[in-house]
Amino acid sequence: MAKFNLKINGQTQEVDVDPTTPMLWVLRDHVKLVGTKYGCGIAQCGACTVHLGDNAVRSCQLPVSAVGEQEITTIEGLSENGDHPVQQAWLEIDVPQCGYCQAGQIMSASALLKRTPNPSDEEIESAMNGNICRCGTYTRIKTAIKTAANAENV
Amino acid sequence: MTKINTHIGRRAFIRNTSLASGGLVLGFSFLNSCKPEQAKEMTGTEMPNEWFEMNSYLKIGDNGMVTVYTPNPEFGQNIRTSMPMLVAEELDVDWKNVVVEQAPYHAEKYGFQLTGGSTGIKARWIPLRMAGATAKQMLMAAASQTWQVPVEEITAEGGILKHAATKKSAGYGEMASVAATLDVPVEVQLKEVKDFKLISRSHKNVDAKKIITGEPMFGMDYQKDGMLIAMIVHPPAFGMTLKSVDDEEVKAMPGIKDVITIKSFKEGFQKHGFDTNAFPELAAIVGNSTWEVMQAKKKLNVEWKPITPNTEIVNGFFGQETRNTPAGLESTQGHKAQMEALASIPGNMVRKDGNPEAAFKNAAKILERSYSAPFLAHNSMEPINAFAHVEGNKVKIAAPIQIPSFIIPTLESSLGITKENIEMELPRMGGGFGRKGYAHFVVEAALISQKVNAPIKLVYSREDDMTTGIYRPAYHATYRAAFDENNELTALHIKAGGIPESPLFANRFPAGAIDNYLAEEWSIDSNITVGAFRAPRSNFMAGAEQAFLDEVAETMNKDAIQFRLDLLKRAKENPVGEDNQYDAERYAGVLELVREKSAWNENNETKHRGVAAYFCHNSYAAHVLDVKMENGKPVVEKVVCAIDCGVVVNPDAATNMAEGAITDGVGNAFFGGLTFKDGVPQKNNFHQYQMIRMKEAPKEIDVHFVQNEIDPTGMGEPPFPPVFGAVANALYKATGQRHYSQPFITKKEVVG
Repeated sequence: MAKFNLKINGQTQEVDVDPTTPMLWVLRDHVKLVGTKYGCGIAQCGACTVHLGDNAVRSCQLPVSAVGEQEITTIEGLSENGDHPVQQAWLEIDVPQCGYCQAGQIMSASALLKRTPNPSDEEIESAMNGNICRCGTYTRIKTAIKTAANAENV
Repeated sequence: MTKINTHIGRRAFIRNTSLASGGLVLGFSFLNSCKPEQAKEMTGTEMPNEWFEMNSYLKIGDNGMVTVYTPNPEFGQNIRTSMPMLVAEELDVDWKNVVVEQAPYHAEKYGFQLTGGSTGIKARWIPLRMAGATAKQMLMAAASQTWQVPVEEITAEGGILKHAATKKSAGYGEMASVAATLDVPVEVQLKEVKDFKLISRSHKNVDAKKIITGEPMFGMDYQKDGMLIAMIVHPPAFGMTLKSVDDEEVKAMPGIKDVITIKSFKEGFQKHGFDTNAFPELAAIVGNSTWEVMQAKKKLNVEWKPITPNTEIVNGFFGQETRNTPAGLESTQGHKAQMEALASIPGNMVRKDGNPEAAFKNAAKILERSYSAPFLAHNSMEPINAFAHVEGNKVKIAAPIQIPSFIIPTLESSLGITKENIEMELPRMGGGFGRKGYAHFVVEAALISQKVNAPIKLVYSREDDMTTGIYRPAYHATYRAAFDENNELTALHIKAGGIPESPLFANRFPAGAIDNYLAEEWSIDSNITVGAFRAPRSNFMAGAEQAFLDEVAETMNKDAIQFRLDLLKRAKENPVGEDNQYDAERYAGVLELVREKSAWNENNETKHRGVAAYFCHNSYAAHVLDVKMENGKPVVEKVVCAIDCGVVVNPDAATNMAEGAITDGVGNAFFGGLTFKDGVPQKNNFHQYQMIRMKEAPKEIDVHFVQNEIDPTGMGEPPFPPVFGAVANALYKATGQRHYSQPFITKKEVVG
């Protein structure tokens, strides 16, 4: 066990865990932020996507010991009241079915738009290809990303 | 107006909550209770000071806010929105004043809380409207009593009661305290379709805000003070079971509390058909955190032994069924040989019309094709999990499951706890697709909690979820068509089978449309467990049948849609045989609608398009799917879909579900499949099990509903099965090759 001071959603959180523990489980079991989801544990499904700095990363493959000073943003910290343009677009397009993958989808999409404010279809597909939606809401996810991109450009 | 009796004999569908017995404890609600600030945000109103329960489905606050207890578990079909819409429609209340809470499992209050078989809205269409209508009538009676005016002169709309002559008016909240004390009316009037204000208008998912902000809502999110995490070490192969456990090393690992073994079933317990479980004897590790338990799971020393063959009687949906579980380590290669052997000899005849033998004997031409599909894993995004806390003779459970009532007898037997002492919350499921109808994991969680005497959450790893069974069965079907010298279809012969069940629906289309018809089936026992998977059996038969009909139409030089319509015309006007289990007119209706909406006749020359239609779960669906080849890979450019599921309660949500079903179908047709070697599943996570991703998803989906006033029928499943046929038929146009064996795409190239 070792102590880590983590910057999560703008707050410092101290955790005392095995240094190999992936951030996914630090968030879910120790910090009690369960919006970040366990789907596969091997960085294949994207359900656990969080932001490390400005980058979308799979928290199931990010050991707590590798985080250091970097800011972590989870779905709970993406905006104050669910009013990030990507979240708003998700509501407008009414994207979710079961909803389990959607936090990861939103974290991937918001990182994409930060990097590429006006993504092409191909850029959206490439950025989102690591996120599985078993319910098959891909067409709505793509529409919502375009909606968010347009909203941000207004 | 439609008058509906609220009682059958002495049994009331709708009852005053005070009359209903049972142990609903609202204080135990972790996921479902509505926090005041959420309620305010959702409705713009303050929480009421007092709630008045009108019946088990709804309560009204003194300020007019309405809480609807939605009875069935949610797994993404959006019934937590559409079911409360049914209540609110007849209650005649503003949707913005409605708060939705998930009802816990409670058979007496909420009836059959089933999420499966596309039955939710169909089964609740009358009862939930009745719940709203009776409450409205009780509010009107309360106003009548209070104002001393005849009830017939009172109107109720948008949450306001009015008496025109005296100009009196009151909100529902003001009359709720009186109304809640009145008798439930014996008869109520339900609205006509034309008078609906909420139903058939799109309403957004009531849970969307929680989903997009990451609030706890899924079974996997369940937390409780003192809760431990449990994981199970399963046998490495089907056909194996637990022999012994050496837990010394693991017990000393950090964070590990205990290592135990459990037996899921008591000796002599007669199982339910949904008690399917390949691995009832298990080793479980309990610890402080998921990561620590995962590490211990890798280290646990367990010895396994082969199972012994077993025959048992289970209580199935349609009575008692015999289930054979052979011993041995099975492989896909062996399965294929077994299936081909049985496909080549006569099967059990299920239906025969006319004289198919003579028609085939006298045929000028015979077309014979065989189709096959592998086992499929459900792969819900939320891996299997359950929370349980056994305290003495009571247990509290929170489990993301589709059919809570089915697991109650098993829990009673395995735990030695009576059903009155079993409390169960129904958190949102992160997908289910049939898999979460088989709730063995709830029994496992409860047994672990009982043994370690602590609240525990059982978590399956993705690998556990994918490799421990309850798959879509493997199937095979051979279709034969006989043609006379004029190239007219004279007979059809279907022989279908699978491991361990036949997929055949002998009385569905094209039965009834062909003079000489023969349907046979066979099955092969296996120790690999199977279960319902989105549109069971239909999800294979639709693909095989619709691909074969495409070849028949081609053989006859007929347009693929017109050929089907001609068969349906025959089935409607002069049906062959009896017990044809479809409505030929509605079936034709979706084909006509999809023909129009896809501009089928205009676009056929320029596009590679496939059509398919199917009837299942009381609804009709047809797709036209366009494929183009890019770098040797098929791209689904567009899917046009037509569905007849009667009245569509929440159109945009239904459209979303159809889009999902189509994407799911394309994914499974292209990539889906699980194979076995010596009892071991050959894929255990998403690096091996290819799931459809955004790049492969259809670029555009265009969903249309047949407009009618028929009571709603299934929606979650019906659009799924015909996708397989539409994909196969479009691939043929794009590649010139017919596709008979799923999955259609291997890692290397398109099969064909």
